[in-house]
Amino acid sequence: MSKWMIYIVLVLLFVNCKGEQKIALDATDVFKSEGVEIPIYDFKSFEPILKINDGKTRIINFWATWCKPCVAELPYFELINNRYPDSEVEVILVSLDLPRHIEGKLIPFVKKQKIESKVILLDDPDANSWIPKVSKEWSGSIPATIIYKGSTSKFYERSFTYNELEKELKKIL
Amino acid sequence: MKTLKILVGLAFIIAISAFAIDKVSVSKTDKGYAIGDLATDFELKNVDNTMVSLADYTEAKGFIVIFTCNHCPYSVAYEDRIIELDNMFKPKGYPVIAINPNNPKAYPDDSFENMKVRAKEKGFTFPYLFDDGQLIYPQYGATKTPHVYVLEKTQNGNVVKYIGAIDNNYKDASAANKKYVQDAVHALLKGEKVPVEITKAIGCSIKA
Repeated sequence: MSKWMIYIVLVLLFVNCKGEQKIALDATDVFKSEGVEIPIYDFKSFEPILKINDGKTRIINFWATWCKPCVAELPYFELINNRYPDSEVEVILVSLDLPRHIEGKLIPFVKKQKIESKVILLDDPDANSWIPKVSKEWSGSIPATIIYKGSTSKFYERSFTYNELEKELKKIL
Repeated sequence: MKTLKILVGLAFIIAISAFAIDKVSVSKTDKGYAIGDLATDFELKNVDNTMVSLADYTEAKGFIVIFTCNHCPYSVAYEDRIIELDNMFKPKGYPVIAINPNNPKAYPDDSFENMKVRAKEKGFTFPYLFDDGQLIYPQYGATKTPHVYVLEKTQNGNVVKYIGAIDNNYKDASAANKKYVQDAVHALLKGEKVPVEITKAIGCSIKA
């Protein structure tokens, strides 16, 4: 009987630990359209995503559909997401699009580009209060990227090529 | 043989100094102005085809210099508030001077012709200048649009008094409860210290 209990608890834990579901649960809202789900966060609910300590390396990229250099480098983040196992690397694309553009711009973009990495929306207009909490080095321009694992974290306010991105990832992995 | 050695040595020194010069100029453009620095004047073309400099404003007490552009949704979201700032502070001696820092090759929406169209559509009350060759914004250290520099005119020149965002809500002007630029100019008009001198905001990266 107790063995069964342990088994059930383990299964529950396992299900809960599946990153996608966990993160979606913490969002302040979820926007669904055309089969795409975009979880929406304010900074308070988003902040824990910058501090997950589970041995995985996370690449957090701040972007928006209107930001040309961001869109140009997205394929490299997608490639990293495809090439590295989910158990080692997770790519999270944090869109800073305006919420009223989710349906008209963000979701069509995600569908058209067939983006497989997790896409979430950060909707917190008081940017001066949260930009320094992401990184003291950040002036607020995008693209901007954080690569972190546990307490090791690096911040980049710049664009990447695939090789540059992979090189930085390997420093943290 | 000896000449060869000297030549190689010379080439080496030139290579190193070229690298060093490159390094210095990079860090300089990266940094831009800090509070208290003197801001450069400029002579840039306005949407009415006249050339505009800060020195033209003999009566001004200072300036609200805003790097902004056509294509960026954050800039667009702030257009009405930029007009409001100009209406509020131009009569008091702090006119808005808007500068588009983007290279139209990177963003065709930000071409001089399109600037004219936008200025007319929105009825801009202030000069909207084109940073031809993208030479002015790196000296200020602007990294994104919109990016504001409030300058106070002194005997020594135009002193940087505030750098950052217009207010604390890009989505909704009525929900903004910290109006950084207004507070800065009000303080300067009263001869007081600017309460918040630097703020950060999300914006569109400037592309040269």
